[in-house]
Amino acid sequence: MEFKDYYKIIGVARDATQDEIKRSYRKLARKYHPDVSKEADAEARFKELGEAYEVLKDAEKRVAYDQLGANWKGGEEFRPPPDWNAGFEFSGGDGADYSDFFASLFGKDFRAGGAGRASFRAKGEDHHAKVLIDLEDTYQGATRTITLRVPGVDAQGHGVTRERVLNVTIPKGIREGQHIRLGGQGSAGMGEGTAGDLYLQVEFRAHPLYRVDGRDLYLDLPVAPWEAALGATVKVPTLGGIVELKIPEGSGSGRKLRLKGRGIPGDPPGDCYVILVIALPPADTEAAKDFYRKMAQELNFNPRAKMGV
Amino acid sequence: MNTENSLPQFAICILEEQTQLTLTDLCRACAVHAERIIELVDVGVLEPLGREPARWRFGGASLHRARMALRLQRDLDIDLAGAALALELLDEIESLRSRLRALGGEY
Repeated sequence: MEFKDYYKIIGVARDATQDEIKRSYRKLARKYHPDVSKEADAEARFKELGEAYEVLKDAEKRVAYDQLGANWKGGEEFRPPPDWNAGFEFSGGDGADYSDFFASLFGKDFRAGGAGRASFRAKGEDHHAKVLIDLEDTYQGATRTITLRVPGVDAQGHGVTRERVLNVTIPKGIREGQHIRLGGQGSAGMGEGTAGDLYLQVEFRAHPLYRVDGRDLYLDLPVAPWEAALGATVKVPTLGGIVELKIPEGSGSGRKLRLKGRGIPGDPPGDCYVILVIALPPADTEAAKDFYRKMAQELNFNPRAKMGV
Repeated sequence: MNTENSLPQFAICILEEQTQLTLTDLCRACAVHAERIIELVDVGVLEPLGREPARWRFGGASLHRARMALRLQRDLDIDLAGAALALELLDEIESLRSRLRALGGEY
């Protein structure tokens, strides 16, 4: 197993005082708390931090950890010394999910978790997971096969990860950040207790055309200069199929037009905002270049007039 | 038992669109005593309909908010008012990020 450098994880020197350890831990805990941080590895970092603090905040555990010596490096292959644990007895812990390294030093009992064992009839634990779906799935509703990795315990009492495959109906109109609740799909209950529930938090896969804000969609629509200048009726792709959009005469780049009710379904449904982006025809032939030169001569146009230059 | 379908049928709903969660439901889902939920109502993290606790009805989004507030309080060693403030600021950041994404910016 890997050695864990708890001092490095908390960001303090080996001779740090308990106050320094506490201050540094609190600061990093705020930074990496999974509810606060958007960093991808926040959850792992926060867990590691909690484990390091569990050891270093406790005088006995810290002394025991220090006895391993200062020469170990984080990530190095580690085996506990043969005489390890002689004279130490550890207690407490809140049943958090600690690393093998921690378990080898301070015992496996920490992993088991005391909660729920005492009461014979308890509702099973709720499970929480994230699910990535396509925007099209919420527009029409869909059935998706979802694979969850579930922590469990094998016959020898070792922690293992099982895969669980579920067919889940994605309700039409679900929005980013909302939760699908699957009743009774969490952990089994104790005794007569009912099973817990499974909550799936919905996230959308990035879409090549649309951006999402709540129920509204945003679409950049390229238009030719003459379509913007003279007005035109053009085709626009929406989640529900192609629709025709009238571009008003004299539209500029960045103009926002609304297709009412063409966003994510609901009551009321969201809208689809079309943002005009004027696309210039390439001047890659002599004829096209002549055409641009002619425009330059005939249109008295200074795009920087408002800048006074 | 009557099994008409070979595939398991799950009772599926969008949590946020449920509006009838009781205090007991919320306690069970958050695995806490009623006093903890009442504290969350007192600091304004949760806003149930109904006058007294026995008649309170919570919206589905309350579950996620309650769990988050309780986690922040426990993990960061802050009081509930602090957790409430953090939650409000996180909501604001989330809606700004969403706007920014919609306008084609980063995030």
